[in-house]
Parts: sequence; structure tokens; C-alpha cells
Amino acid sequence: MAAENVKTFTDANFEAAVLQSPTPVVVDFWASWCGPCVRLAPTIDALATHYGERVSVGKLNVDENMQTAARFGIMSIPAVLVFDKGQVVEQLVGLRPKEDFVRVLDGQLGRR
Amino acid sequence: MSHHRVLIIGSGPAGLTAAVYAARANLAPIVIEGLEAGGQLMMTTVIENWPGYRDGIMGPELMGHMRAQAERFGATIRQSHVTAVNLSARPFTVTTDTESLTADALIIATGASAKLLGLPSERALMGHGVSTCATCDGFFFRGKEIAVVGGGDSAMEEANFLSRFASKVTLIHRSAQLRASKIMQDKARNNPKIDWRLNTVIEEILEDGTGAVTRLALRDTVTGHTSHLPVSGVFVAIGHQPNTGLFAGQLALDANGYIQTTGTTTTVPGVFACGDVQDHVYRQAITAAGSGCAAALDAERFLEQAHG
Repeated sequence: MAAENVKTFTDANFEAAVLQSPTPVVVDFWASWCGPCVRLAPTIDALATHYGERVSVGKLNVDENMQTAARFGIMSIPAVLVFDKGQVVEQLVGLRPKEDFVRVLDGQLGRR
Repeated sequence: MSHHRVLIIGSGPAGLTAAVYAARANLAPIVIEGLEAGGQLMMTTVIENWPGYRDGIMGPELMGHMRAQAERFGATIRQSHVTAVNLSARPFTVTTDTESLTADALIIATGASAKLLGLPSERALMGHGVSTCATCDGFFFRGKEIAVVGGGDSAMEEANFLSRFASKVTLIHRSAQLRASKIMQDKARNNPKIDWRLNTVIEEILEDGTGAVTRLALRDTVTGHTSHLPVSGVFVAIGHQPNTGLFAGQLALDANGYIQTTGTTTTVPGVFACGDVQDHVYRQAITAAGSGCAAALDAERFLEQAHG
């Protein structure tokens, strides 16, 4: 069960919710049949809680949003892409500990 | 720092079975589930050799049942991973990403992780056509030609699974002998979408400036003949290595890095090991679960003798 502050990104809202976001955005590309993706969910929830308003955190279901997954060349999930000012600034593939994401996001927030 | 009687590191079949037994012995075990929570079965589809499920059961579903069963009897499962252990003094100290804990007895069930080929191009193209998880990534190769490397049961299973999506799957293995069980080999051999390249190794994974896998440079290990195979993806299934980095220098490991055990006893009294982290022979979910049970019983006996 995703935490309340984890958003749902789709092909339809991607432009507005991710590419035009005023804050950095974490997009977790996932699917229900991917075991490691399910295991990553609590970490994504924790990131959303940790950053609050400073970073927009959400999930994109690749099954239902093939267009966006293909556009960013996703070939392996879980894949977490960090966007800032409409650009991909980092891509983390596979199960990673929370610290890995925090390092990337703190770095990105520091550069703004 | 919280103190516990039994602490279990790992949440695959070994760790969770140890948790069920330790919980039922009223030892209130803590399970540190680790990054790859649920273990290798979380990456599989249907398990057909787990006794009692006549028609098979999905790997993630089986692990969900085991977890719920352990919790039902009083095991506490922590969503964290261990970063350091100190086995030199009792109680043992275990440090995770969120806390430090101490325990009178420790059960190590950290399992094994997928081995890689060790090519620089393999690491660079991970997530861009190189994968170690067929169930996660098969979806992205619909109608594409791909390769699977390996000769064991997991390679056969992955090749069969991937043939649902891919137009062609080439199985590449360095020798002509397959380690896979007869039934898994036959399934793969009877699959019309699977092509075989035995006695063949991958020399390089190429991307031709596209940023994603385009072809493999292959070498025949008998003739030395080299060739290229155009593929969009390569799935590496060449076996596993034990997750024992945390214990190096504190427990005796064998030449391949597995924890040395007698039964489930390690070289440190009070530290027990079970499952794939100490088993390079059987490596089955059911043998891991069996040794997890043994580890919990051994830990219980140890605590009775040590503390009465």
C-alpha cells in the first residue's frame, strides 16, 4: 500500500506532473509482477515522507504506461529516474538501499 | 540498543523457517529482512517442487505465506539491512541502516546473489539490455531477440519464461554439459523458440553507440572461432555467490566464500548459518528451509545450555 504522499504518474499526467514540476521528481518505474519492485515500495514511501514538499515522489506502472516507459528506454525494473527541470539527472536500476537515493537527492537539492 | 535472544539475518526460506521455529519456541526472534527481502524466490514465477503444492505456487506468494506465518507466532520482521556485525564478543552486535541491536544467538541466512560475467560492458549496460531478473524484465523484450547465459536450472527456467515474450532466445553456455536437471533441460530443448550455442562464451557485450545492447561478441571454446550475435537483451543466469562480505575475518569461510558449517554450527559458538549462504551443493528452497529449521533448533539448544 503506497503512502498518501506517493503520487501516481501516468502517460497522461507525465508532462505536467514530472517534466514541469517546480521541484526535483523521483519516478519509480514498476509493475505488480516484479518481485523486487514490490520490495522497493517501502523505500519509495520512506523517501516521500523524508523529503515532504522538497521532492515530488511517485510511481509509474509500466504495464499501464508503456509510452513513458519506452520514451525513457526502460528495459529493467525497478528503475528509479530522478528528474529536475524536465531532464533526467540520475537513473538507479535494481533494488537499492534508501541511502543511495538520499545521496542522489541531497546532491541534486544542493545544486539547485 | 535493544537486546534480543535470537536475531536472524535474512528473509528467504532459510531465515523465515528459522523465524517460525524460533518464534514457536518463545524466543521472540527479530528478522532483519535485508535489501533482497524474501530472497531469490521473489524473482521467480511458479515453483513446482515445493512439497504440498500439487499444482505449484508462485515464488512471491510462497514467501508472503512464510512471512505471515513467522509473524503469526511472534517473530518481528524489520525492513532494514545489516551494515556491520561484531561476532568477537557476546552478546553479538548487529548494526543496520537504522539501529544497533545485540543478541545472544545469531542465525545467518543471508543467502546468495546472482553472479555476473565480470565484463566492464556488462556493468555499463545493466538496465540497458543486461538483466539478472527475467521475471522483472522479460516484458520489455516483446518480439525481440535475446540471449540467456548459463547452464543451470535458472538459465533453463529463464529461457523458457522469456520465450513467452521474445521472438527468439539463444541459450549460451561455456561447455556442452548442462548442470540443469533433466526435466528443465527437456523443457528448454522442446521449446521451438530456444536456440542453443553450447561451448560458447561471451567476450563482449556491444552497444554500437546506441546506449543499449545491440549484439554479443562470442567465442567458441572448442574451435576458437569468433562471431557476433545480434540481440536486444542478455539475461545472466550463471549461478550465485554467497552473501558473506559482512562476516569475512569473523567466521571461517571456504575457498568460494561460503560459511563453513558443521550441521548449522559455524566457527563461532552461538552463531549459526543456514540456507544458500552455507550450501553450495543443494541450493534448493526446501533444503534452505530445512536448514533454517535446524538452525533455530540448534540456537534454542545453545541458549538453554548457555543461560538455562
